[in-house]
Amino acid sequence: MMSNITDEGLILACSAIGAGLAMIAGLGPGIGQGIAAGHAAAAVGRNPGAKSEITSTMLLGQAVAETTGLYGFAVAIILLFVAPLLGKLPG
Amino acid sequence: MNLLSMAGVFETLKELASSGGADFSIKYLTDFTLFGQKLSITTTHISLFIVTLVLVIFAICANKCIANAKEIPGYFQNFVELIVEMLDNMVDGVMGKNAKRFVNYISAVFIFILVCNISGLFGLRAPTADYGVTLPLGLITFVIIHYNGVKKNKGKHFKALFEPVPLLFPINLIGEIAVPLSLSLRLFGNVLSGTVLMGLLYGLTPFLVQVVGIPAIAHIYCDLFSGAIQTYVFCMLTMVYVNDKIAD
Repeated sequence: MMSNITDEGLILACSAIGAGLAMIAGLGPGIGQGIAAGHAAAAVGRNPGAKSEITSTMLLGQAVAETTGLYGFAVAIILLFVAPLLGKLPG
Repeated sequence: MNLLSMAGVFETLKELASSGGADFSIKYLTDFTLFGQKLSITTTHISLFIVTLVLVIFAICANKCIANAKEIPGYFQNFVELIVEMLDNMVDGVMGKNAKRFVNYISAVFIFILVCNISGLFGLRAPTADYGVTLPLGLITFVIIHYNGVKKNKGKHFKALFEPVPLLFPINLIGEIAVPLSLSLRLFGNVLSGTVLMGLLYGLTPFLVQVVGIPAIAHIYCDLFSGAIQTYVFCMLTMVYVNDKIAD
């Protein structure tokens, strides 16, 4: 049964699995952003006057924490829609 | 289900994706050859052109309005003053006494990226979901950072690469080069993820559901919220990096 799979199909399937695995990178930013948001909420509770400043600091920190997740996303998108490994086929 | 019919499913999926069922990729409209390179006019160019046109028209109107400003502002004058005041405050809050030199550039970039990001609402493919748009923006930031650093600190600007010990030079160098890359990738990735999500949602939902307005709710998060946040973050980080180099 396995002999029915073309080389191209196998690479595309593995690329899709790889893209799924790359999106595991979303775990880290989720945790990091959650921690930042939690501490910001605590900070607002302690000092409601500084709400706008805390919010902007939180957003900036969350955006930086998000970067690694976006690298994973970029890898997933490239694997899915550019499929660079197809070009490595012999012949 | 055997693997042969899987291939059939894949073919239909591919057909669906190319027939506009799930539509989020960059379209190539016309091809032409320049200096032996194959180039194309894409949807990004069209969107950028429309965005620029809208901004230019808005700028001309705002200029006309402010040129004969009234004591009691009307709606449009109020709107323009609101934007300018908000941007002034934002730049002033980060850069302090250096704000005057950078407020023009930051404001221009802010408005440009904001309109680009929310252009998905108006049926365009957001130009910032193309790495060819965000990388130049990141590179401009890179040039501004180092131009101002050299202008302020002269030779000390490069000496900072060898601190605290010369052994760390490669890591410092990578850290400097990563700035424009991470800036541009962050903007690109966020807007692209919004565009992909919206494309998948439009491909997923039948026409009836779209009329009820389910994807419209997702537009609020993917285009408006995410776009505004990323615009703010891009400008904020640019200011923080520049301020870091020119602070006393």
